Amino acid sequence: MKQRRKIAIYWASSCGGCEIAFANLHEKLLVADEHFELVFCPCLVDTKVEDVERMADRGIAITLFNGAIRTDGNEEMAHLMRRKSELLIAYGACAMSGAIPALSNLHSRDNHFQAVYRENATIDNPAGAQPQASTAVPEGVLVLPRFHAAVKNLVQVVDVDYSIPGCPPESTQLWKILEALIAGTPLPAKGSVLGAGSSTCCDECKRERKKKTIQRFYRTFEIIPDTQKCLLEQGILCMGVVTRDGCGALCPQVNMPCIGCYGAPEGVDDQGAKMVAAIGSVLDIGEYKGMTEEQIRERTDAVIDTLPDLAGTFYKFSLGRTLPEGKAQ
Amino acid sequence: MKRISINPITRLEGHGHIEIFLDEAGNVANTYFQVPELRGFERFCVGRPAEDMPGITDRICGVCPEAHHMAATKALDRLFDADPPSAAKKLRELLYMAFYVTDHTTHFYALGGPDFIVGPDAPPAERNLLGVVRKVGLDTGKKVIDCRARNFEVIRMLGGRSIHPTGGVPGGWSKPLSEEERQRIEQIARENIEFSHFTLKAFDALVLGNEKFAKMISSKAYTHETYSLGTVDANNQANFYDGQLRIVAPDGEEFAKFPVADYAQHIAERVEPWTYLKFPYLKKIGWRGFVDGPESGVYSATPLARLNVSDGMATPQAQQEYERFYKTFGKKRIGKRFAPVHHHLATHWARLIEMLYASEHMLELATDAEITATETRRIPTHVAGVGIGSVEAPRGTLIHQYEADERGILTAVNLIVGTTNNHAAISMSIKRAAESLIRAGKVVEEGLLNRIEMAFRLYDPCLSCATHSLPGTMPLEVNLRNSRGEVVHTIRREG
Repeated sequence: MKQRRKIAIYWASSCGGCEIAFANLHEKLLVADEHFELVFCPCLVDTKVEDVERMADRGIAITLFNGAIRTDGNEEMAHLMRRKSELLIAYGACAMSGAIPALSNLHSRDNHFQAVYRENATIDNPAGAQPQASTAVPEGVLVLPRFHAAVKNLVQVVDVDYSIPGCPPESTQLWKILEALIAGTPLPAKGSVLGAGSSTCCDECKRERKKKTIQRFYRTFEIIPDTQKCLLEQGILCMGVVTRDGCGALCPQVNMPCIGCYGAPEGVDDQGAKMVAAIGSVLDIGEYKGMTEEQIRERTDAVIDTLPDLAGTFYKFSLGRTLPEGKAQ
Repeated sequence: MKRISINPITRLEGHGHIEIFLDEAGNVANTYFQVPELRGFERFCVGRPAEDMPGITDRICGVCPEAHHMAATKALDRLFDADPPSAAKKLRELLYMAFYVTDHTTHFYALGGPDFIVGPDAPPAERNLLGVVRKVGLDTGKKVIDCRARNFEVIRMLGGRSIHPTGGVPGGWSKPLSEEERQRIEQIARENIEFSHFTLKAFDALVLGNEKFAKMISSKAYTHETYSLGTVDANNQANFYDGQLRIVAPDGEEFAKFPVADYAQHIAERVEPWTYLKFPYLKKIGWRGFVDGPESGVYSATPLARLNVSDGMATPQAQQEYERFYKTFGKKRIGKRFAPVHHHLATHWARLIEMLYASEHMLELATDAEITATETRRIPTHVAGVGIGSVEAPRGTLIHQYEADERGILTAVNLIVGTTNNHAAISMSIKRAAESLIRAGKVVEEGLLNRIEMAFRLYDPCLSCATHSLPGTMPLEVNLRNSRGEVVHTIRREG
């Protein structure tokens, strides 16, 4: 067999969906196997961290690093993989921007422990036990890594060459990247986003847009949307307008809104702030001439009430960037 | 006291950790299975709009997002008091059956199966999917890949996305199924039935036909007489999508049967300061520590447990396999079911029987006249305040409980995840494996690693849900330490 390029896939604080996206290359897996040697991937091959430590610096051609940075261990692995890899790629939304795990940044650590170990419906914990960094048991001492105050993303921790967006990235996009690497196609400038476009999800969406304004928003359970028309213009908060293209606008195809997993489009830093601006242009609260200030406020408040969770909706996939230090303890 | 630390995925990665303590005589004094991570969904989902939960809890696990998606959607049906149209329930279940087939396929061929297919003593580098392909041939490898691909196609067709599907809404499903799509799914279901039989035959030849493995399955090291938990339909037959929860005692008597809304009367969770993962147990029996038997509240919720609580399978071919399963172990009938099988390694076989059932039921659903009905949603009119939903995730009963204010904003979230049910049972299996291998300080090196891995793997522990590791090909390192914590001996399984 000819010399294969070394590739690694590592997960930090993640769900495993990025690995499944790799496994879902399906029949292409056999082709990938001809060109790449998977030297490290805890869920697929047996190499250990010590083996990686013994590898030459920059000895791994490509590392796809997925997951957010939640613990010291995640951070140490980020540094190790950086050192050992020629190309370190933030693979998936968690590594790029914290994604769903970073919703945790809206709460303090104590707050988490209180819910999970003391208050929940099935908890039987009269003594108020909760995980400790160090616990004496009859036979010795057991230790646990600390639960950090906030979730970070890979880019905040180490120098990253490229990013691949998506929760998870679409397998077809991943294959295009691997194909380009196999063909030796020159890569774009360092820091670029791979496996996605530079425009918005709307560009890929087949739904019809008419620049129609809306008076209020509807939550997804409140209406059955028309199957052909733009969801945003039907009052459903669809993030497609501020989300990078690349997935093929999959969620709107089943009548569900884009939730922003491909992150902000090219040139946009703050996906949530951009959405606020986008809403401004689609929202028409109606004629307010002749109304008192109080009446205008009431009407505005009524519209805002139809958007009950601004942080969790606008920043569902980017709180790791927006609130990197988390909530104050 | 001597101490052995096992880091399944090494210390730095820290997704799972085993500590084994030896007494003065060098025998196992105790073992601890630690889960060193918490992601805190139960807290950070509070404040979110309830209808976002199917999309948020998908991300608990990228391996079984469909299970969380369905449990969440069913909890929303109750929270918003909106019973879905019949077609919507069938669409959800249809997606769910495709998910079961692909998930059980992945476990058998890529995660758990390699122990049997390439053998427990094969070099670790061979004990993975590619090793399986080398052993059984490229044709079978392609069959496995095709099976995964076609079922992910179904998930995408119905759920929009093949990983982290969307589509679940309170009171229904977001998209009806077209006739063209239905025909494709029918064809896929037929191929799944054929593939399930192919896999069961492979299991017969490679495992049951191998005296060494057959002996291993019924050995004491992998036997725990615990309670079993699973979901049954109105006929008390196994169901993955809906029904009542049934608990069967170690001797096979029904211990309890209840709608999931009552789960908190039956299940409690213990907190230990040395692990982030909780230990669910049967509340009415109580927590007696990591022991089996009728006096201990430890239960298991696995493919094996699901068979043990069921009066059979609801499809004919799976029913035949179900009967063959219990007869092979010489179990007597108790009414329509059989006395439970407690050999936990038999879980691998039970999983394949479930795969056949899922395939057959998928065909039933795909040929159901109602499946292409266009009414798939019922719009809720109010928020009921509390919603509890469950499904049988491939790795155990999965329960989501939500509480919300009058606007449907979450105020409390409780999740009991498939693998978590088995946390105590997994801990016991690890201890049993360690005890059977470490005697008077003598450690059987490679055997220890393999057997502990196998004790782990039979549960298909999707620690993604808790620690997001897939221990199918866990790199292992065992450090034997003296009482001062110094490493006196290291066993390492080379990759």
